[in-house]
Amino acid sequence: MIEVENVTRTYGAFTAVDDVSFTARHGRVTGFLGPNGAGKSTTMRVMVGLTPPSRGRVTIGGHQYAQIPNPGRHVGVLLDASAQHAGRTGREILAIGAATMGLPAKRVDEMLELVSLTPAESRRRVRNYSLGMRQRLGIAHALLGAPSVLILDEPANGLDPAGIHWMRGMLRDYAARGGTVLLSSHLLHEVEMIADDMILIGKGRIVAQGTKAELLQTSGTVVRAVEDEALRDRLAEAGLRVTSADEAGVRVDAEPVEVGAVAARHGLTLIELRPGEGAGLESLFLELTADTQREGGAA
Amino acid sequence: MTAPATIDVSGTDKIPFPRLVAVEMRKMGDTRAGKWLLIAILVITALVVGLILAFAPENVKNFEGFLGASATPQGFLLPVLGVLLVTSEWGQRAALNTFTLVPHREKIIGAKVIAAVLLGLAAIVVAIAVAAVAALVAGNDNVWGAYGVGDTGKFALLQTLGILQGLAFGMLLLNSAAAIVAYFVLPIAFNIVTSIIAGLRDVQPWIDPGTAQTPLFGGSALTGEEWAQLATTTLIWIVLPGVVGAWRVMRSEVK
Repeated sequence: MIEVENVTRTYGAFTAVDDVSFTARHGRVTGFLGPNGAGKSTTMRVMVGLTPPSRGRVTIGGHQYAQIPNPGRHVGVLLDASAQHAGRTGREILAIGAATMGLPAKRVDEMLELVSLTPAESRRRVRNYSLGMRQRLGIAHALLGAPSVLILDEPANGLDPAGIHWMRGMLRDYAARGGTVLLSSHLLHEVEMIADDMILIGKGRIVAQGTKAELLQTSGTVVRAVEDEALRDRLAEAGLRVTSADEAGVRVDAEPVEVGAVAARHGLTLIELRPGEGAGLESLFLELTADTQREGGAA
Repeated sequence: MTAPATIDVSGTDKIPFPRLVAVEMRKMGDTRAGKWLLIAILVITALVVGLILAFAPENVKNFEGFLGASATPQGFLLPVLGVLLVTSEWGQRAALNTFTLVPHREKIIGAKVIAAVLLGLAAIVVAIAVAAVAALVAGNDNVWGAYGVGDTGKFALLQTLGILQGLAFGMLLLNSAAAIVAYFVLPIAFNIVTSIIAGLRDVQPWIDPGTAQTPLFGGSALTGEEWAQLATTTLIWIVLPGVVGAWRVMRSEVK
């Protein structure tokens, strides 16, 4: 379990992380979601003592990270897959980690196999690795010490679809066996697929957190029909509230089945009928992203 | 992995310090730059001694001559080893992993210092052994020259100071190129400046490492004053940058 309590980190006048508190529970995958530069990495660096917080504290399983003896045996960390000496082979990087933690050399082979890096690949220098291979190596490094907590910064970055699928299964399995997983991402759908709990951060502040079910709860219905105008009139007659209407469809504050029934009664031709998006999570996220895109788009 | 909210760490031992030293030594040899530097130190030492054995006049073919000759290339290369031990990690951002696995940077600094000294001593032992064998092979009347076996201690001290200075400069600048250039250029520039400026000439042996370390090359014992001068220059050129550099390593954010 990771507990972040009122962590703030400032750099001069700039506040990178602003009074952030959350808990990543064991047995669950917690997604830490936010656009680039939102403060995810800084928060994770504070967790493992690489960056001292200006205020607040983090405990992992009840301990401050630096107080954990041989921390690699308890907490697996992947902060930046490219932060490796490019002149070392993948195998050597794992071997150094294993030697530091006091693990048998065969653990290196086990981890290489787990992340599907072939023996030939493992003997190549990391300079020649693709980002996806570096991520696999980084995940292998994080898992070396058989930790019960995993802290992964953008682990899916650079993985191909098969790799993302593999990682999802691996992390779900890990959490199912009681482990704590905290992973960050700047992609909503990535987190949506893997996480049980979600924490949304923007400009250093937490803007939403909860279980995936809570945050992605659907509301209302989106419907499109050939006879768009008629549909809206009939819905109003039936007492169903239309909240908005544009080319993307008519949004109705009702269940899809009720909307479908109205259309059927009046012989209207539906093109689309589906539940509306979640409790504003996606639009909230888009808003955050638009803000930081610096492209002059609508915020 | 039946994890409650807290992690039980009572069964986990701290990482023993000798293991960290061993890991640091391993890291010195597992990159191309590090491996070739170590090989170069050994090969050049043997080569220099071999050349003297083959071509030098008979009267220098003794232990003193052989060891003195290998001191020069080692004196150049060992400090680079000290520099790289720190900066290769920084330039490549591998420090991120190192400090995550060992969230006590003072231990890593200590392990690097010990690793550098041990690797340096190993090179020195090789130099001494090669020089001794060459001296015996040469079969000169005076096998040891003016060099007492005890003087090898001074040789070892000289080379160790070089490694430590390299390490200190590495921590201070955290950049291979800058640290290596500074290590070689600064003392020379300083030596020239203190030689030219009349007011500094008197204090030169107390502040210029080149001058203060010269007696370590010779076969005669150091006087008390020479030891004191060695101490002050060590303080200025090794301890001071080392302390500032260590402080920098402790404080800086590895990104």
